Amino acid sequence: MKFSERWLRTLVNPALQSTQLSHLLTMAGLEVEALDAVAADFSDVVVGQVLSVVPHPDADRLRVCQVDAGMETPLQIVCGAPNVSEGVRVPCALIGAKLPGFEIKKAKLRGIESQGMLCSARELGLAEEADGLLLLPDDAPVGSNIRDYLHLDDMLYTLKLTPNRSDCLSMVGVAREVSALTDSPLNLPLIAPATVNGSVTRNVQVSAGQACPRYCGRIIRQLNRSAQTPAWMTERLSRSGLRSISPVVDITNYVLLELGQPLHAFDLGKLAGDIQVRLATPGETLKLLNDQRAVLDADMLVIADDNGAQALAGIMGGAATAVDENTAEIFLEAAYFDPDAIAGRARRLGLSTDSSHRYERGVDYASTRNALERATTLILEICGGEACPITEVNGILPERLPVTLRTARANKVLGTILNDAEVEKTLARLGFTYHRDDAAYQVTPPSYRFDLNIEEDLIEELARVYGYDNIQAQAPVASLNMLPQPEHQRAIDTVRSLLVARDYQEVITYSFVDAAWEADFAPGGLPVALKNPIASQMSVMRSTLLSGLMDVLRSNLNRRQERVRIFESGRCYLPTGDGFDQPQRLAGLAYGNAAPEQWGSTARNVDFFDVKADIEALCWPQIARFEKAAHAAMHPGQCAEVWLDEVQAGWLGTLHPQLMQKYDLDIAPVIFELSLPPLLIRALPSHGEVSRFQSVRRDLAVIIDESVPVQALIDAMYAAHIEGVVEVALFDVYRGKGIDSDKKSLAFRVLLQDTQKTFTDTEVDTAMAYFTDLLKQKFNAQLRS
Amino acid sequence: MPVEFLETLSRDKITMQNLDTIVAEALKEFSSASQGVELEQAKARYLGKSGFLTEQLKQLGKLPAAERPSAGNLINQAKEQIQQALEMRRATLAQEQLNSKLAAEMLDVTLPGRGLSMGGLHPVTRTLARIQALFASIGFEVTEGPEIETDFYNFTALNIPENHPARAMHDTFYVDDKHLLRTHTSPVQIHYLQANKPPIKIIAPGRVYRCDSDVTHTPMFHQVEGLWVDEEVSFAALKGVLADFMQRFFERDDLQVRFRPSFFPFTEPSAEMDIACVMCGGDGCRVCSHTGWLEVLGCGMVHPNVLGHVHVDSEKYLGFAFGMGVERLAMLRYGVDDLRLFFANDLRFLKQFN
Repeated sequence: MKFSERWLRTLVNPALQSTQLSHLLTMAGLEVEALDAVAADFSDVVVGQVLSVVPHPDADRLRVCQVDAGMETPLQIVCGAPNVSEGVRVPCALIGAKLPGFEIKKAKLRGIESQGMLCSARELGLAEEADGLLLLPDDAPVGSNIRDYLHLDDMLYTLKLTPNRSDCLSMVGVAREVSALTDSPLNLPLIAPATVNGSVTRNVQVSAGQACPRYCGRIIRQLNRSAQTPAWMTERLSRSGLRSISPVVDITNYVLLELGQPLHAFDLGKLAGDIQVRLATPGETLKLLNDQRAVLDADMLVIADDNGAQALAGIMGGAATAVDENTAEIFLEAAYFDPDAIAGRARRLGLSTDSSHRYERGVDYASTRNALERATTLILEICGGEACPITEVNGILPERLPVTLRTARANKVLGTILNDAEVEKTLARLGFTYHRDDAAYQVTPPSYRFDLNIEEDLIEELARVYGYDNIQAQAPVASLNMLPQPEHQRAIDTVRSLLVARDYQEVITYSFVDAAWEADFAPGGLPVALKNPIASQMSVMRSTLLSGLMDVLRSNLNRRQERVRIFESGRCYLPTGDGFDQPQRLAGLAYGNAAPEQWGSTARNVDFFDVKADIEALCWPQIARFEKAAHAAMHPGQCAEVWLDEVQAGWLGTLHPQLMQKYDLDIAPVIFELSLPPLLIRALPSHGEVSRFQSVRRDLAVIIDESVPVQALIDAMYAAHIEGVVEVALFDVYRGKGIDSDKKSLAFRVLLQDTQKTFTDTEVDTAMAYFTDLLKQKFNAQLRS
Repeated sequence: MPVEFLETLSRDKITMQNLDTIVAEALKEFSSASQGVELEQAKARYLGKSGFLTEQLKQLGKLPAAERPSAGNLINQAKEQIQQALEMRRATLAQEQLNSKLAAEMLDVTLPGRGLSMGGLHPVTRTLARIQALFASIGFEVTEGPEIETDFYNFTALNIPENHPARAMHDTFYVDDKHLLRTHTSPVQIHYLQANKPPIKIIAPGRVYRCDSDVTHTPMFHQVEGLWVDEEVSFAALKGVLADFMQRFFERDDLQVRFRPSFFPFTEPSAEMDIACVMCGGDGCRVCSHTGWLEVLGCGMVHPNVLGHVHVDSEKYLGFAFGMGVERLAMLRYGVDDLRLFFANDLRFLKQFN
């Protein structure tokens, strides 16, 4: 909502400066988004009339003008504007005038004296661009101050209104609000029924009575086709951001701005038969005023005649029945359409109009006829002609039911100490009717307020007028209760900190990704697709975090970062039968040098086992198990599933060479993706006896087929449940001299300990012999001598 | 002095003169010993089983009984002198050895440390942690909700029926007819209230989505929702809690705040909270569009219809709710001038927040 302060002050004129008024509105919930001066700050510019124009003797594009600026003698002014010509009236800056950025001085232009300057709209700060002098009407009084003549000492308000305040989408509405807030008198335009001289009417059939509870229309004939919109009206319209089109259209727009009631004028000659207010038939088409051919749905309300839909009710008129320069007879419509019958339809058609904006939010159903009379009066004044009687069809109009308001409840909700007298004063200022009913007020909201349905709505009104700023902030009062601190769980922050301590940088990537990424990193899945993605490369919801990390890697490599270690935690999105699984995950990527370049250690690229150690640390004190596995995005020989306590918790691997090639990488990043919940589990510690006896260590070295995983041997040795064995751990792997090429030598450390005794050599020998035999039987392992 | 002479002398009669010669020779040898081994060998030559002084002692028996005490005394004095000199030389040599070891082991302590460096958290995570910590300090619990939401939770249960103009304010991403990407964290209020009875004091951080992308909008961003439902919760308390929060968040006790009436379908009364511009101190600058104020948060008293949807008696219980944009607060706190930087994931940008 944009309007001129000058216009507002004709309706209500509080003793406030512009900035104070603006602040008042903002603090009452009508946020003033912008407060701009109509014109730049300038002085000494008057209406001048060009008496004569002769070419400049020494400059092709300059002209020498004699200008009557209301002084005894004409001024000689050199002018370069293309549209300067004899007789025109234009703004004339006198010697000494201060214009934005410069001052007018007596000067010589190419040797010819110039005693002022003729101005364009841009030079006066009225427009961003101008292609010539600002031409004034022929009756502009020569010599008069241009600021006064054009009413330039005015401010433009742009309100950012919330959808509940449709009542303020008009000058009268804003004025009402200012009156209530400042307790200033309201000076509304007097609206009387227009003189009716004609008698022609058009039948109106309303078949969609629920959508259109009130329809008023009348014929106005014998309009003067050469009528012009008066300057005062075009000024108000333009200061509200509307261009002048034709007198009839300008008047309907003006009444829309003034009263908030949308109106529509049909060219009567183009209408065939009765006016029909009905729902569209599905697939019915209508060419709108903006030349858009709309295909209508069954829930869209139309104004039709015998030829079909002629206007999209409450949204936009049709091209076929539009008024134009030949129109001499109109059918002028003012209606009340139910917000539910209009809401959403314009958006569905990609439209948003001043009319739909208001109808969707609620238009005052009590002033439909009033607005029609107001527009008729203005049309008769400006275009002449004769008005015919109004045809009005009424259905069931909305009703404002009284709403209960209790002062005590208001004080409880707000934390204030308002008394009844203050409450009553506020209600009266807002123009609400109320009566007292025991301890409560019964308040009936006015027809123009669509947002007052429950007590809290009225409490907000009290608070607004009282001023949110005047409600004293209070420290909250509540009973003190400690928050639960589950010890068997770690916070995700802990997990993040662990990765940070291991040199990983956290990133946050978009949840929607390129469908091609999904195909690369989670092939075979059917990702959740968006119906209305913002861009094609953000069209599906990620089912893995890995693709986002790869994208971050690539963009950073492009920025000459050579070592990238990143992680992200967040949700992935997977379709399930009837809904969506949205698991929380944690994924990481390490690329480039294992450690930052430094002295004393040879640079090498990060590898699978570096990152495996990171995952082990991340899971600690849970022991993660790793099993050889296959993952589409990972190297088939360098990929593991991560298991935590019988739960498949994720994947670790180096990037698949094919993806390396596709993503143009020279070295392979190591990537992992883990399910977050199992990572957060932490067993509650419980004490066990610490042995007083020495532990015994024995080493066991075996030669075994290359294909047998180490974990299988360790698992087998633990599975034997030999008494006293507390640890079996690998400490060396050897390949090379003395070992066949398809074999490897593995060295294990075996620790035995008991809380009750020290093991004898015999006992230990027995255990080791058992292991040797076991590994031989199960894995064909040879003891390495 | 030749060894033969000392050998002869040591088997000679015990005289003061002989002893002095032996002592003088011993001291000379000790001080010329530069290694521990050398010193111990010298010691053996004088104090060993057949050392010069030991030999002298053996002469004691040849003396008449009357002379033995004084001669013995002389030998003991000599022995003591040698012993003392030996200890001193031992200490000196040990010290010298340590000194040379220390000198050899000297490091250039200015060489950089080795190993991994440290990573860091994303500024949004950092900001979220700060917000959570402040609210946790007055007893707010953290909870979360799904990001693919149903129309019911994102809109209907929050008093935003179909076709409500407020839906146009949320540029919604749709997944199918019923499902969408949540446009705000407010639906967590509903999930939580369905599962828990008042009193309730929660914050719900998370990702939200709007179909909007330009210099000041990214299609994904983060919000923190807050909800307090109890019997004595008022708009005045809402003001108190949020003003306190902003002052603590920005660590500015004198930070000016103001509340303006606004509209959210799920709160009534509703307010928009502004803080005095933290960039210019309220004088007006580009960041605050020369108003001196920054819009940072929407809030209000929970609408009775919302409480009704989750079967909470709105006559008995009151609640306040708020929702804040995390990136917005991070930008103001750390002076980030472009929202899009948060999701560009340029490591050079991210590492500034480590």
